Amino acid sequence: MYRSHVLVCGGTGCTSSGSQQIIEALQKELERVGLTDEVSVVQTGCHGLCALGPIMIVYPDASFYSMVKVEDIPEIVSEHLLKGRVVTRLLYKETVTASGVKALSDTDFYKKQHRIALRNCGVINPEVIEEYIGTGGYAALGKVLTEMTPDDVIKTIMDSGLRGRGGGGFPTGLKWKLAKQNEADQKYVCCNADEGDPGAFMDRSILEGDPHAVLEAMAIAGYAIGANQGYIYVRAEYPIAVERLKIAIAQAREAELLGKDIFGSGFDFDIDLRLGAGAFVCGEETALMTSIEGNRGEPRPRPPFPAQKGLFQKPTILNNVETYANIPQIILNGAEWFASMGTEKSKGTKVFALGGKINNTGLVEIPMGTTLRTVIEEIGGGIPNGKKFKAAQTGGPSGGCIPASHFDIPIDYDNLISIGSMMGSGGMIVMDEDNCMVDIAKFFLEFTVEESCGKCTPCRIGTKRMLEILTKITKGQATMEDLDKLEKLCYYIKENSACGLGQTAPNPVLSTLRYFRDEYIAHIKDKTCPAGVCKALLSYRIDPDKCKGCTLCARNCPNGAIIGSVKNPHIIDQEKCIKCGACMEKCRFGAIYKK
Amino acid sequence: MKSLEELKAIRAKMQGQVGLRAEDHTHTRVVVGMATCGIASGARPVLNTLADEVQKRNLTDKVSVTQTGCIGLCKYEPIVEVLEPGKPKITYIKMNPEKALTVVEQHLVRGQVVEEYTLSAAGDIK
Repeated sequence: MYRSHVLVCGGTGCTSSGSQQIIEALQKELERVGLTDEVSVVQTGCHGLCALGPIMIVYPDASFYSMVKVEDIPEIVSEHLLKGRVVTRLLYKETVTASGVKALSDTDFYKKQHRIALRNCGVINPEVIEEYIGTGGYAALGKVLTEMTPDDVIKTIMDSGLRGRGGGGFPTGLKWKLAKQNEADQKYVCCNADEGDPGAFMDRSILEGDPHAVLEAMAIAGYAIGANQGYIYVRAEYPIAVERLKIAIAQAREAELLGKDIFGSGFDFDIDLRLGAGAFVCGEETALMTSIEGNRGEPRPRPPFPAQKGLFQKPTILNNVETYANIPQIILNGAEWFASMGTEKSKGTKVFALGGKINNTGLVEIPMGTTLRTVIEEIGGGIPNGKKFKAAQTGGPSGGCIPASHFDIPIDYDNLISIGSMMGSGGMIVMDEDNCMVDIAKFFLEFTVEESCGKCTPCRIGTKRMLEILTKITKGQATMEDLDKLEKLCYYIKENSACGLGQTAPNPVLSTLRYFRDEYIAHIKDKTCPAGVCKALLSYRIDPDKCKGCTLCARNCPNGAIIGSVKNPHIIDQEKCIKCGACMEKCRFGAIYKK
Repeated sequence: MKSLEELKAIRAKMQGQVGLRAEDHTHTRVVVGMATCGIASGARPVLNTLADEVQKRNLTDKVSVTQTGCIGLCKYEPIVEVLEPGKPKITYIKMNPEKALTVVEQHLVRGQVVEEYTLSAAGDIK
């Protein structure tokens, strides 16, 4: 047995900042000082504080080290693991107070969070099934198979109020009930792990940190609806998640927690992986199933709904990764426990991937009904460089913006829709005063145009025309008639597209128009970009009173656009300027400004 | 897996291990002096015995075993301190693995301080 566990994050974020090298160095150093029998090195999933990676936690004292480097390892081993002296300089600064070190769970980032779907992420080694079992894993499946009928299971999920975490928010229990009611010789349970929203990575983190929770929940779903085969559709761009899922499935089969006659109950269930090639539309349920069947991933009209005719024309349920991650906990703790969290119509918690202009970039799980202010100011640690909050974008290319005027709105499915955004899968991109809202809308439209599958005309051609108008606006070439046309087009595409991708594609434009119409008008009428983002509408100038003639800007200009002699104010040749901003960055006197 | 008992057995075995990673700081802390003086007089086997025994007995949700540096009483090393919330600190001196087992059994499990191992029993320090 080990007296101390050193947890090193092996999520994608920390892996890219070098956690694998940390693990290797740590193991080597432990071997050198002869501590391998006393100290165990555990590779875990994501802890959520991705911006501070690579992250390391030393138990039992729970010291949280951030931004660990390979060079720090000998000190951590000789000081902390050998002598028990915490290396204070490497501690996450939020945990260090004047009166000593406080627990990670008391820091602003973790205090307001409530981790259900992420409960094991960063705690267990996702590649060891025993660790999952040690924290109560597969007990829910055992309970379901030995004590509950399929109807009991469905009732529990319905009573819990759990709604689909992929974005739509359809009641999960109802989905299962409909699939159970449809008699068939074969049914399927599918897991949507085709996470495609730019900036969203909660499903990836769950699969990387706690893959068995998803397998267990799918088996429970299989029992509830009467299916014995499951498919996880995961994108091939998530290599770590795919690898951990493969390991988890093999271990579950080995332990006979997947396969024939699980727990001697007579219930059979197995799961296979299907890798997606990264098309955004394959996150849409009918397109996803078409892709699993081996065809080109294109949506088809509903009805028939998947609960009637889904995968291979058989009744199928499709739930999102995060939805599944909640299921075992609901079974173990009861529907009332889950329903006691959240708001009236949105129960439980939601995981958000915080990104953009925010100090604590990372993964957070909050009870439904938490205000945007709490998420951004307390958990997220506010906006860097003292800038002002402008808006938060939720729901990715299908969602919209929450402006500062709704800073205190409790976040849940219905509230977000009422203000023109949506929950989406949980990406939350924070924007400050330096972000141009027209440019943001254009960014998402570029994404949709790229990802439209082309099957239906409104989406294929409509989004392209929208992007053209948006490009005209950002170049200062649009008229007010163009703006009207853009708005009309939005509603037309919303009403006439075949699937969710097209129906929601205009949302980023509609919501920015709703809250930031003045910015659109400034681009069109005044030919200016108030945030100073759209290149065509701005020019760099040198304030002759501030310029000392140091020539630094001229030497750094990649296009030779700055003219002037030593100790005399310089001038930017607007014809030659490519608006890269290099001069502004270099100027030590603040003499260069955007106009 | 053909029965719930198998699952429970794995869980019971793993609980002590995974329980070590609890974030709860309200539980009893057992601190072993692991400075040069402590290590030289044999603190490492004491620390390992305590850590193993606490895990074997599934006490990790209530007890955490950690190290500390020199507390200045080098002649009494290996020193083990038991800090229970709301109770006075107990300091055990001149520990060895056998004594450590007794401390787990008597103090941590049954709640009875092993007086004869304590600093106050040494008599010459008040």
